[in-house]
Amino acid sequence: MKKIYTRPKSLKKAVFHYCPGCGHSIIHRIMCEVIDELNLQEKTIGIPPPGCSVFAYNYFDVDMVESAHGRGAAVATGIKRAYPEAIVFTYQGDGDLAAIGTAETIHTANRGECITAIFINNAVYGMTGGQMAPTTLLGQTTTTTPYGREPRIEGHPLKMSEMVAMTEGAVYVERTAVNSPTNIRKSKEAIKKAFQVQIDDLGFSLVEILSPCPTNWRMTPIESWKWVDTIMSKVFPLGVIKDVTGSTNAD
Amino acid sequence: MNGNSAIGEAAIRAGCQCYFGYPITPQNELPEYMALNLGRRKGCAFVQAESELSAINMLYGASAAGVRAMTSSSSPGISLKQEGISYLAACELPAVIVNMSRGGPGLGSIGASQSDYFQATRGGGHGDYRTIVLAPSSVQELADFTHRAFELADKYLIPVIILGDGMLGQMMEPIEFKHEAPETLLVRERSLRGAKGRHSRIIKTFTSNPIELEEINWSLLRRYQLIKKEETTHDTFMVDDAQLIVVAFGIAARIAKGAIKNARQEGLMVGLFRPITLWPYPSEQLQKLAKKTKHFLVFEMNMGQMIEDVQLALGGKADVHFYGRPGGVISTPSEIQQVISRLCYQKKLKPKK
Repeated sequence: MKKIYTRPKSLKKAVFHYCPGCGHSIIHRIMCEVIDELNLQEKTIGIPPPGCSVFAYNYFDVDMVESAHGRGAAVATGIKRAYPEAIVFTYQGDGDLAAIGTAETIHTANRGECITAIFINNAVYGMTGGQMAPTTLLGQTTTTTPYGREPRIEGHPLKMSEMVAMTEGAVYVERTAVNSPTNIRKSKEAIKKAFQVQIDDLGFSLVEILSPCPTNWRMTPIESWKWVDTIMSKVFPLGVIKDVTGSTNAD
Repeated sequence: MNGNSAIGEAAIRAGCQCYFGYPITPQNELPEYMALNLGRRKGCAFVQAESELSAINMLYGASAAGVRAMTSSSSPGISLKQEGISYLAACELPAVIVNMSRGGPGLGSIGASQSDYFQATRGGGHGDYRTIVLAPSSVQELADFTHRAFELADKYLIPVIILGDGMLGQMMEPIEFKHEAPETLLVRERSLRGAKGRHSRIIKTFTSNPIELEEINWSLLRRYQLIKKEETTHDTFMVDDAQLIVVAFGIAARIAKGAIKNARQEGLMVGLFRPITLWPYPSEQLQKLAKKTKHFLVFEMNMGQMIEDVQLALGGKADVHFYGRPGGVISTPSEIQQVISRLCYQKKLKPKK
C-alpha cells in the first residue's frame, strides 16, 4: 500500500506539550514538512523564543539556539552573518516580535537580512497566563485588560507585518491562519515560499500566522477557530501583504 | 596608534570574524576601524546594530555559529548589554566585550572613569555567573589583552570583558603587534552549523527542572574555580622593600606608577600592586605582600569599588586607605604623590636616605 502521509523527518518523535486546540503544534508540523520538502534539515538553524514555544527544540530536529525575549532577529542576524550558508528562521510570538523585539524585527527586515521570521499572532501573552499583547483586539478581555482593551488607555492592536512590509529589505510578507484545513494549507504554502525567498538570497521574509489560544481566550477549540474567522481576521486580514520577489515561486 | 584602533587591529589578527557595535563615545574609533578593515574581508562581517541590545545578541548568534566575534561599547551601552552577557555565560558561549568606560551613573560624562568595576566583576546581569575581566593600562596592553581575551574565551567558553576607559581608548602610543592575522578562520567545535552527518544540537539553558539548572550552575562554578587557579594575573613595581603599597588597576595604575617613582626619589618606600585580571582577583598574591607591608592605599577613578576586593583579600591584616576621583575626573601623578606623602607622614613611615 502506498504511504501518503507520515511524520516529517525533521519533526522529532515527541508528544507535543501544547494545550488542546493550540496552533503551535500544527505550525511546527507544517514547518517541518516544508523543511523536508526543500531538503533543508542539514543546514537549518532555528531560534525559538521564550514563551509556550520555548520548547520548540524538543520537536524540531534541526540545530536550535535559545534566544532572549524579543532578540530573535538579532540572534538570527549574528548566525547568518557568521555562517551565510545556513538557513535561519526565528519562531516568535506577538509579544516577542511586536512588543519587546520591535526594534530588532524592523531593523533586521530593513537590513534585508536573508532570514525567515515565523510570527505567531494569538493576541495574548500565552505562557505567562494571558496578558494583553500588542496585537490584542479592542474590547478584548485579558488578565491585564480586565475591562477590555480600551484604545485611549491601552492603545490599538499593532499591525506589525504591515510595518515590516514598509521596509525596503522585506521582500515577502504574508498573513495566514491555522483555523481550518484550507488555511493550514495556505499557511504551509506561505512558509514554503518564505524559506524559498531565503534560499534564493532575496531578503527578509515573514509569515504572520493567526493562531488560536483557546486556554487564554477562555473558549473551546471550536469556538476559538471560529473567533479567528469572524473577529480576529477582520482586524488582521489574511493574504499577501508584500511580495517583491519577482518570479520566485516555491513550486 | 590610538587605543581603540589597536584593539580592532589586534582582534582581526586574533581571527575575529564578526564585529557588532553601536556608536557611543569614547569608543567610536573601534567600530570605525572594524567597518573599514573587517567588514569587507572575506568571510567576515561588520554590523552597526540598532542598539547595544541587538549588538550583544548578534554576538550571541555569531558565537553560537562557532566564530570568533566581539562587540564594544562604553558604560551606558554596557549596561544594556548585560542581558546578553548573562545568556552568553549561561550557554557557555565565548565572546569578547570591550568597555571603554566613562563617567557615570546615568548618562554621566564622556570623561575616563573606572566606575564600572562592580558591574564588570560582579556580573552585571542576572543569575550566578562570572566573566573574565582584563584591565589593560597601555595601548600595547590593549592589543595584547585583546589577543589573550579571544584565547581565554575559546579555552573556557566564557565571555571575556576588556575593561578600559576613555583615556586608554583615545590616547596614542607606539605599538607592536605580536601576531599575524590567520590565513584561515577557524570554526569552533560543538557549534551550530546545521545537523549534517550528526544529530541536531541545541544551545539553551531553560529547563523546568531546578535540579538540572543547579547542575549547570555547579558545572559553571567548577570552570570558574579552574580559571581562578590558572589565569589570575597581576603586576608589581618596587614592592620588595615597600612600607606602603598602592593598589590600582588600568590607567589609574599607570598614574600611580608615576607618583611612586617621584615619591621614591624623595626616599619614600612605596610600591605598586596592579591586578591585571579583575576577575579572578589576585587575592592570594596580595595577601602575600601583607606579610611584610602593613599599609595599603587603594587608588581608583571612582568612589571606591575595587577596595572591597582588597579588604576581602587582606581580611584586616593590614590597614587599607582609599583615594578616588569619581565622575570622569582624572587624577595627576602629583596629586597621588601628595596623598602618598601625607599617608607616609601620618603613619610615620620615614623616608630612607
